[in-house]
Amino acid sequence: MKRINTPLTEKDILRLKAGDEVLLSGDIYTSRDQAHKRLIKKLPFKIKHAVIYYCGPTQTPKRKIIGSCGPTTSSRMDAFTPLLLKHGLKAMIGKGQRSEEVRRAIKKYRAVYFLAYAGCGALISKYVKKVTPVAYRDLGPEAIYKLAVKDFPLIVGIDAKGRSIYG
Amino acid sequence: MKIIKAEKIIKVVADLCLKANYVLRRDILHKLKLVYSQEKNSRARKALGAIIENARIAAKEKLAICQDTGLPIVFIELGQDIRITGDLKKAVLKGIEQGYKKGNFRESIINDPIARGKSGYRGAVIHTDIVKGDKLKITVLPKGFGCENKSQFKMLNPTAGEDEVKKFIIQAVKTAGPDACPPYVVGVGIGGSSDYAGFLAKVALLKNINAKRSKLEQDLEKEIGKSGIGPMGLGGKVTCLAVKIESFPTHIAGLPVAVNISCHALRSASARL
Repeated sequence: MKRINTPLTEKDILRLKAGDEVLLSGDIYTSRDQAHKRLIKKLPFKIKHAVIYYCGPTQTPKRKIIGSCGPTTSSRMDAFTPLLLKHGLKAMIGKGQRSEEVRRAIKKYRAVYFLAYAGCGALISKYVKKVTPVAYRDLGPEAIYKLAVKDFPLIVGIDAKGRSIYG
Repeated sequence: MKIIKAEKIIKVVADLCLKANYVLRRDILHKLKLVYSQEKNSRARKALGAIIENARIAAKEKLAICQDTGLPIVFIELGQDIRITGDLKKAVLKGIEQGYKKGNFRESIINDPIARGKSGYRGAVIHTDIVKGDKLKITVLPKGFGCENKSQFKMLNPTAGEDEVKKFIIQAVKTAGPDACPPYVVGVGIGGSSDYAGFLAKVALLKNINAKRSKLEQDLEKEIGKSGIGPMGLGGKVTCLAVKIESFPTHIAGLPVAVNISCHALRSASARL
């Protein structure tokens, strides 16, 4: 089990292999369908070295930091991903397969794609220590939030060499 | 004639929304624990362990099992000897809104599928069936869209036979692959018309997955198991928890088959009035 922190350095990323289990700590940004549609026109946060988490959490219950917040299907963001990688996005967290184009872009820009435990939003909420709204409040659950996470368990889905856990 | 006030239904539906989203169905949890004990692939085992732990946390802390609290699909069985005073459908929609708000669930419903716009709690698919007697049964199935997106439907030729039906169902599961949160429950509707087959595939998801299975269901479970997708797509032998099939008479010229895949977090709750 490897421990890594954001911002991710190139050295961190190059050490990761598809299938590795990691515990990620630091800041990550939620973003899914509608936010991606806007992101590719104008970036509301510094994307260089950033980590995007494909996630739209529930509302936050009383006395909780966040509600259920598991990953959503990554492939819906495939069309937007190569451009974000070009602008310096270093990692994505989601579930499921990516397109061949995304796999190649991950390799080209030396980035990484992580899988989070899918359908485990209640469990994942335990790794979130702080939530800060960043942009697009009008999108409700699809707004961009900065999440401070501690030891978020992930599996490397596609590594910087373009190797995929799904073969 | 039994009289039920629509007002009374609001709270019943609200409570069903909370129960379905907090407490994983007993048959699903039972099967998950069983396959966990049998899984030898360490990655797959870990993923199953996380799924079981997630269900425990959700029930204990009243957190949604999944952040995708779904599009609520409501099944109403209305006894013909009942008279509802007030507006039944409005009461159901109000109950959903209240339940989802109380549970701090996700505002996942948008009014206009093309223009999209602001999402909220308003909206549900409601199926109503008139049945014998004076009982009212309401079931709420919050259907997540990660798996709903993997639904498939095909009008096969009437001469297709069982092998082609099987082939279609298996390719639908393989197409879903690791994306829709396996291990899946595969709901299948065979027969009826195009719309009805889709409905039957949903109804299949309401059935106890540990009940006695038909030979076709067992064969499909075996075949899907061989795909090697496994929990979260990480390999292992558990790709589906169950295949459930609902059949219905159809026309001599056709053989409709609908596949409705559910993620491992198959949630539903029922109440009788």
